[in-house]
Amino acid sequence: MPILVAENLVKRFGGFAAVDGVSLSVRPGEIAGLIGPNGAGKTTMFDLLAGSLTANSGRILIKGREVQAAPAYHRIATGLGRTFQIPRPFPEMTLVENVMLGRQRQIGERILPNWLAPRRVAREERETRDKAMALLDFMALSRLAREPARTLSGGQRKLLELARVLIAEPSIILLDEPAAGVNPSLLETIIARILDINRRGVTFLVIEHNMDMVVRLCGRVMVMASGKRLTEGAPAEVSRNPAVIEAYLGGSAA
Amino acid sequence: MIGFASYAFFFLTTALSYAIICLGLNLQWGQTGLFNVGVAGFVGIGAYASALLTTPATDAHLMGWGLPIAAGWLGAMLVSGTASALIGFATLRLRSDYLAITTFGVAVTIHLIALNAQRLTGGPYGIAFIPRPFNEVADRPLLFNGLNLALVAALTFVLYIASERLVRSPWGRVLRAIREDERAAASLGKSPSLYRLQAFALGGAVMGLGGALQAHFIGFIAPDNYLSSLTFLVWTMLIIGGSGNNRGAILGGVLVWALWSASGVAIGAIVPAEQQARAAALKIVAVGVFLALALLLRPRGLIGERTVVSRHLDE
Ligand SMILES: Nc1ncnc2c1ncn2[C@@H]1O[C@H](COP(=O)(O)OP(=O)(O)O)[C@@H](O)[C@H]1O
Ligand SMILES: [Mg+2]
Repeated sequence: MPILVAENLVKRFGGFAAVDGVSLSVRPGEIAGLIGPNGAGKTTMFDLLAGSLTANSGRILIKGREVQAAPAYHRIATGLGRTFQIPRPFPEMTLVENVMLGRQRQIGERILPNWLAPRRVAREERETRDKAMALLDFMALSRLAREPARTLSGGQRKLLELARVLIAEPSIILLDEPAAGVNPSLLETIIARILDINRRGVTFLVIEHNMDMVVRLCGRVMVMASGKRLTEGAPAEVSRNPAVIEAYLGGSAA
Repeated sequence: MIGFASYAFFFLTTALSYAIICLGLNLQWGQTGLFNVGVAGFVGIGAYASALLTTPATDAHLMGWGLPIAAGWLGAMLVSGTASALIGFATLRLRSDYLAITTFGVAVTIHLIALNAQRLTGGPYGIAFIPRPFNEVADRPLLFNGLNLALVAALTFVLYIASERLVRSPWGRVLRAIREDERAAASLGKSPSLYRLQAFALGGAVMGLGGALQAHFIGFIAPDNYLSSLTFLVWTMLIIGGSGNNRGAILGGVLVWALWSASGVAIGAIVPAEQQARAAALKIVAVGVFLALALLLRPRGLIGERTVVSRHLDE
């Protein structure tokens, strides 16, 4: 059974259909790609899958459960995590607390335990902190753990977002342009980390313009253009597809 | 000398009651970014609730159940907390400016009810004979004011500790995250409307308690105690003390109350007696000038917000 399915999703802004009847499915354990020229509707598609936007029509299933009507904050509990095209760290919070926030079902996130069971909350906080530090270490960010997130570069923010969503232990992560604006040495770190995480059983759906990166990460890519799904296949084969080349040349080039 | 000490105790008692209201606003605005421009309304709800519960039976207004003072204070928190929860439930999912408009409207409505629902609230005459704590020693001002100060200081301390435990915790971290980036927080499973509602209701309950304390220390309330100048005063206290910091909220409450009282004394000394009622407006001007200066010199307040949220991360 696919871990994530979209059926005939439509999202209109006014009269303009940014996503126009797109279906896709992602299999457990794979790293699938979603490519297409700028304005194709990829980010809108992610916003629908993640619940930030509500589709005008269509269905979304995560592990077989219909979720299209549920609010965004329910998605992570079903196992779906995401990062943003333009990273959204909590700028005035330290890196370690940015990551700690991502942990699910914390006792201390409810009011009463903080008054009635402070030692339990303290114990949980130590655990959460240790997990967060381990993830920051994994992302080569532990040196900056106590800095506010606003001090990070664009690439570091992408890594921070990855750590933040990982602590929630999702089974599938949507990555929106993980390589955009990232310097080449950090890019290698990001690729290596995605592959590591995938080897531990986490599924990915990745939007990416950098074809070299797509080839290295993805076994299969789906192509969108003008709000529609164009084709799908292995990266090498798709990039030779005349319709795809036409879409990239015809649209605003990526 | 005894007169001065007695006055100082009374002054501090009032100042700390404002500090408590500031703790409530800090939970709403400082931690959560909820723009409540109807503080006076929630303070008024608490004051009236406690007064109605604890005053002896009378023809002047409804209820007058003669309950113990502590029951009045708990009732005040419950009523203003519930009112806040209902208002929050209705408006917090909407755009943030709706909350400002709604809370403003609530404060106006509360004032109008207090003024016009004479059967319930005593109307323009207000409510008198609100029982004062330690009234049995009221003929010994130093002891009386000292005991009242000890009581409000203890309450302020308890509320401070409770607030610190709460906001410097995973719960407080979620509030902070929602304030900084709501979409990112939602993508990590935190429900923005749920947390906002919790903070708004809790903050409203604390404001109501502050209002109830004031009512019982004075022994008398009237509708005009709860006008927008009160809201302005509390906001100034929080901003000057340091929004987002509980110690800042308390410090701001005491400092600005000192300024407010001092400008009252100055006006009394300078302005001729027949003009003094009108000159009282100058107190607002004085506080406004102080606020403008503070915003220029220390925009984050005297004690600003910390970067580290959770107290469990202090080594
Ligand atoms: N909130 C919005 N309101 C109106 N138009 C939007 C909105 N979001 C995206 N669009 C439009 O939808 C189209 C697809 O955008 P997007 O999904 O960001 O594309 P991609 O990520 O593939 O580059 C673009 O033409 C964009 O201008
Ligand atoms: Mg995009």
